[in-house]
Amino acid sequence: MTPTLTAAEKATVSIEIGGMAIALRTDDAAFQRLIENRYAGFIGSSPSSHSEFDIDLYEQSEPTSADEDLEVRTKAGEWLLRRGDFRARWNPKTGYGHVRQSCSPYAIDCVLRIVHSLILAREGGFLVHAASAIRNGKAFIFSGVSGAGKTTISRLAPPDATLLTDEISYVRREGNRYMACGTPFAGELARVGENCSAPLSALFFLEKGPQNRIEPIGPTEAIQRLMRNILFFADDTELVKLVFQSACEFATLVPMHRLVFVPDQRVWDIIR
Amino acid sequence: MAEKYIARSKAIAARMIGGETMVMSALDSTFFTLNEVASTIWQAADGRTPLSEIVTGKVCQEFDVDRERAQRAADRFVEELSQHGILLVSDQPLIDSSLESR
Repeated sequence: MTPTLTAAEKATVSIEIGGMAIALRTDDAAFQRLIENRYAGFIGSSPSSHSEFDIDLYEQSEPTSADEDLEVRTKAGEWLLRRGDFRARWNPKTGYGHVRQSCSPYAIDCVLRIVHSLILAREGGFLVHAASAIRNGKAFIFSGVSGAGKTTISRLAPPDATLLTDEISYVRREGNRYMACGTPFAGELARVGENCSAPLSALFFLEKGPQNRIEPIGPTEAIQRLMRNILFFADDTELVKLVFQSACEFATLVPMHRLVFVPDQRVWDIIR
Repeated sequence: MAEKYIARSKAIAARMIGGETMVMSALDSTFFTLNEVASTIWQAADGRTPLSEIVTGKVCQEFDVDRERAQRAADRFVEELSQHGILLVSDQPLIDSSLESR
């Protein structure tokens, strides 16, 4: 029998990504341990949180599948999230949400990505399909679709580089600059990023090629490519407009280039 | 020939970048980059000013182009953007809530 905690003992685990804490409450001790392990390094200690979710788990007999299409929509001021392995709702005004899900880290991982992307969209930031790293106090983002080289460039990172993620980069706006923050959202390296941040120095669009070089890219092309890689889950016109404006703002403040690279460590010689 | 009135759809996001206008459909995320002439028409697409007046009063005034040529180019531009739902076109003035406010 799965050990459970009584209502009074309901455990809270605070997951802090990009400086934003989201509290997860569960009465299932095994699930609590699972998320503590999954988000080790991102467990916050602050008593206050941006949002909080009560999590109930499906009965083992209930059929679930993470392969079903994700649906994200808004209704009466709440965001409703749904996939085969979870159902969730979240009120952005109160910060309260509820998740009913299978006992797997993938469902809550998806919910966290969506909630962070919705919060960031209102603040001029975004999540983007990209690896990112800090070197010499400056953050660099390496963006690209699957196969472009995010995992490769992460694997080639020199010892003096701190890997923030090999899959999903977290970009937060702070006044007239952007910060890149570590995320626990891992890709093929299956390596959780470091929970730290640094001012963003440049964004590179990855392309594998015969030699290492950085090429200029025009602002309109850069914005289009960035938009293709930004995660926004909801089919919501206002949200799409917000993300577009964020991408345009980003283009005015952060240099974006094409990075053509040979998959060996020398590529990092030109990233400084 | 009937007058054409044009207006920007509400379901778009647009931004001027280096003299060009970048327009994105919020419905299907398609992008359009408008050059300076097209940007002038875009800016003037208020739903109330006839396209012919935009061509003579704006395009021909601001760019060195003859009226007939400018009108043909404007017609093509309007047709293309209207096919994607970016611009709304009517033979009557367009003033309703589906239009982008300036």
